[in-house]
Amino acid sequence: MTKETIYALSTVFGKSGVAVIRVSGSRALESIKLLTDINVDKIKPRYAYFTNLHSIGGDILDKCLVLYFKSPYSFTGEDVVEFQIHGSRAVISSLMENLGSIEHYRLAEAGEFSKRAFYNNKMDLTEAEGLADLIDAETSEQQKYAIRQMEGNLKTLYSNWREEIVNILSHLEAYIDFPEEDIPHEIIDTMQNTVFKLSEDIKKHLNDNKMGERLREGFRVVIVGPPNAGKSSLLNAIVKRDAVIVSDIAGTTRDSIDIHLDLGGYPVILTDTAGIRETSEQIEKKGIEIALEKVKNADFVICLFDGSIDDVHLFDNIEKNNSNNLIYVANKKDKISSDKIKHFEDNNCMVVSVKDNQDVKKILYQIENQIKNYFTSNSNILITRQRYREALKNALINLNMFSFDKDIELSAEDIRLASRELGKITGRVEVDEILDKIFGSFCIGK
Amino acid sequence: MEDKFFDVIVVGGGHAGCEACAAAARMGVKTALITHKISSIGEMSCNPAIGGLGKGHLVREIDALDGLMGRVIDKAGIQFRMLNASKGPAVRGPRAQADRSLYKQYMLEMLQQQPNLTLIEGAVEGLIFEEDTVKGIILSDGQQIKSNSTIITSGTFLNGIMFIGHKTYVGGRVDDISCCGITPYLKSKGLTIGRLKTGTPPRLNGETIDWSILEKQEGDTIPSPFSFMNNKITTPQISCYITHTNENTHKIIRDNFSKCALFSGLISGLGPRYCPSIEDKLVKFADRTSHQIFLEPEGLDTNVVYPNGISTSLPADVQDEFVHTMRGLENVEILRPAYAIEYDYVDPQELNSCLEVKKISGLFLAGQINGTTGYEEAAAQGLVAGINAALHSKGSEDKFIVNRSEAYIGVMIDDLITKGVDEPYRMFTSRSEYRLFLRADNADFRLTEKGYKIGCVSNERYTVFKAKKAAVSDFRSLSDKLEVSYSDVSELGLNIKKDGTKRTLFNLMSYHDVSRETLFSIWPQIKNIPENIYEQIEIESRYSGYIKRQLADIETFKKDENLRLSDNIDYSSIGGLSREMVAKLSKVRPSTIGEASRIPGVTPAAIAAILGYLKNKQCI
Repeated sequence: MTKETIYALSTVFGKSGVAVIRVSGSRALESIKLLTDINVDKIKPRYAYFTNLHSIGGDILDKCLVLYFKSPYSFTGEDVVEFQIHGSRAVISSLMENLGSIEHYRLAEAGEFSKRAFYNNKMDLTEAEGLADLIDAETSEQQKYAIRQMEGNLKTLYSNWREEIVNILSHLEAYIDFPEEDIPHEIIDTMQNTVFKLSEDIKKHLNDNKMGERLREGFRVVIVGPPNAGKSSLLNAIVKRDAVIVSDIAGTTRDSIDIHLDLGGYPVILTDTAGIRETSEQIEKKGIEIALEKVKNADFVICLFDGSIDDVHLFDNIEKNNSNNLIYVANKKDKISSDKIKHFEDNNCMVVSVKDNQDVKKILYQIENQIKNYFTSNSNILITRQRYREALKNALINLNMFSFDKDIELSAEDIRLASRELGKITGRVEVDEILDKIFGSFCIGK
Repeated sequence: MEDKFFDVIVVGGGHAGCEACAAAARMGVKTALITHKISSIGEMSCNPAIGGLGKGHLVREIDALDGLMGRVIDKAGIQFRMLNASKGPAVRGPRAQADRSLYKQYMLEMLQQQPNLTLIEGAVEGLIFEEDTVKGIILSDGQQIKSNSTIITSGTFLNGIMFIGHKTYVGGRVDDISCCGITPYLKSKGLTIGRLKTGTPPRLNGETIDWSILEKQEGDTIPSPFSFMNNKITTPQISCYITHTNENTHKIIRDNFSKCALFSGLISGLGPRYCPSIEDKLVKFADRTSHQIFLEPEGLDTNVVYPNGISTSLPADVQDEFVHTMRGLENVEILRPAYAIEYDYVDPQELNSCLEVKKISGLFLAGQINGTTGYEEAAAQGLVAGINAALHSKGSEDKFIVNRSEAYIGVMIDDLITKGVDEPYRMFTSRSEYRLFLRADNADFRLTEKGYKIGCVSNERYTVFKAKKAAVSDFRSLSDKLEVSYSDVSELGLNIKKDGTKRTLFNLMSYHDVSRETLFSIWPQIKNIPENIYEQIEIESRYSGYIKRQLADIETFKKDENLRLSDNIDYSSIGGLSREMVAKLSKVRPSTIGEASRIPGVTPAAIAAILGYLKNKQCI
């Protein structure tokens, strides 16, 4: 049997200068072939290659350094590939995800690199001693890391799932190991529902309301508003460069343009749109259609208007038809009367001048706050570690295989494997725990 | 006594002792079984039944290693039932009610026929020590018998105390004395000794039970034998009956809670949760108004009935009162009251995987003394201890170690020595992570070859096994060769996806809705394949994906199991181990990295540190 090729992030997950992702196994070169421009037939071991890093689909992810260590001259004794990439969460996550989708690749378990090194006679004492600390550090460092309050939620969520799985397993095991006992048969029926619900929950969690994706690809912020409200000027003020052609002629921006920003650590994609108004011009019409489509897919919409001529009601239609977060901004503060300013502010509408740097900062701060809120108020808890995602995915596969159409010991095996995967996150599900459940909830023993 | 020396001495003639002495003798060493009463050899002190889920698996494994239990129960069984027959093959457990006296009779016969084995009647009251090595035993009359290896299978007899209500009696079983002498010898070497308890229900006079109004439970129409050497059962078969407790029963028991040994604090040992006394059940499941009680005849020619489900430590008069409240038992006569028994056990973490005491060379323990419960669990340990005691007595470097991936025997021993016990340990199929592979039907495939190599399996059995193995392998290749085309599939009306691919017999066997009859009609030549051959391939097909995965897991498991740790590692000298880890590892002294990783609370980091240490020592 060919051993699976494993990969893992060797540096701490999060923003840093450089992140290192290691791949080890007989198929390690495959990752270079699929994800970089390097010609693997000509690659020299122990040489640093500077190359584009792209997804399997071909999208450029980053530029990176790639090193190849040919077996047995590597840390693990197997073929090892090292990707040195920029330490951004987005790049790390997408590289990990791409590696995970390569056939026979899987995320390494804790200490697995060292274990392989050990089996291949590659590890000496100093390394092993260091390793003990390393594994400890890995967990405690990671625990310290990344949005602590969420960690708490995550723990609770996973322990609850684990609890449910242990419950189901104990029911199945009781049913298997005590066939003479009067274990209520209706339990079998409810089990099916529980497993179904559990797998739905995990599925939803894995989708994490596209939260992970947003973290990787950025939160979509779209600027809409009537022509000449100052949308492009705002965008330019934000990026401080002339990314978008700005002119005073209404309808200059006919297509939507994406600007990538880093806002307080969160990736944001800011999109300017064509001014929305009644128009008969074909190209402009198209632009407006695209703009409305963008609004639909946005996480946040900046509704920008000329405060001296328009009102927030201008956006009633957008508010009615979209469920995203709207941020109202009245531009051209210098031309608005103080009464009106008060009126806007009372209606939760910012009053700014996009030409004023301080005002632009205020808008950005507003967006940043909204994103933070979005994060914390979102009931769908974010999967903070790739390792969790991997385990959850596998658990889901096993849960999906569960059914009572097969032999019950196979159904139990599905659940057991699912529990083993969840156990990789929460700690092992011990047999004794299942037996405790059985003896606690059923009257067993003739 | 002419002969004062044996290679192996086995103390105790229960289920562990019988297998232990027979295994040692099969290994070709001079063996003695010392029991206080030869007429009690093979006694079923509690339930007159062998097998069940997990337990039946153990019996098949014992049999695969040429042990006695399977062959004896096949002759003494009076009601055979395959438990979980409607579920898949991995979780089917053979079980049989035994005729108690026939069982003893056949067991004794087998021991008497066993070459190299001497049966001695006597009470062992001490051990002969030469420093930390046991060199034999001391009988109550002061006589010494020397040996290279000694196996203690004391059951409930070490400081056994029986409880009936508040009355206590010293003894290991009703009408039997207990032995108190050995415990101090074990304690003197620093072994951890604890107390456990168990219990047995009253025995009823079958002639005073109104069977006519009770629900009947019959055995299987075609009983399946336990032993791989037997094809059929010839002993006459009987039925069991079912009655229930009711609210009246429960009221009487509740009113008398204060009188039972268990709740009055007389008993300190923990009892098995899966075999609770009736008072335990009432406390724990207070809302249940009725519990099922099985009435199991103890034999063909006896009126004694075993009421399975009402073990109790209540006083005899209360037992008498509540038993009469049950349907069919209105006029029943109690022949012998129920009692609870408390006894000494040795913390099994003191043992290695050969069941030898780590601190005392030449001393092996098997059965309830190791904190287990059940005849099958005891017998399986006896077998392993017997083989290893024989190897030890010969000065052999070989060890007979059964690991978790090979057998339930291995699961049990590994659980015992790595985790210890806090209640009597009983086997369940859920204890095995390789359940789909460790089946009752393939115990011979898993163990017979291994047993033959070490010398505990007879030529006769090995020949039978080799023939079966060849037949299975032939049928396996045939099952790949026999194919049906896409059009045949539709013609036969098989409910299979018509994707144009050919299906082999092996493929088709995995479909629940394709019956054997259908397959026989396609390929008449397979009709005559014997059932035990056919089922092996059928199971392989049915479990194929899952088994593949388990076999892969087993490979990983074996790697860690092959990394051996020596007995004298100084864990405190290993860098990177916390004090807690050092304490845990020093107590259990695991013999492999795998064992170490299964000790509760030992972390992956600790394992990595040990690996590093080993590497540096170049022990591997």
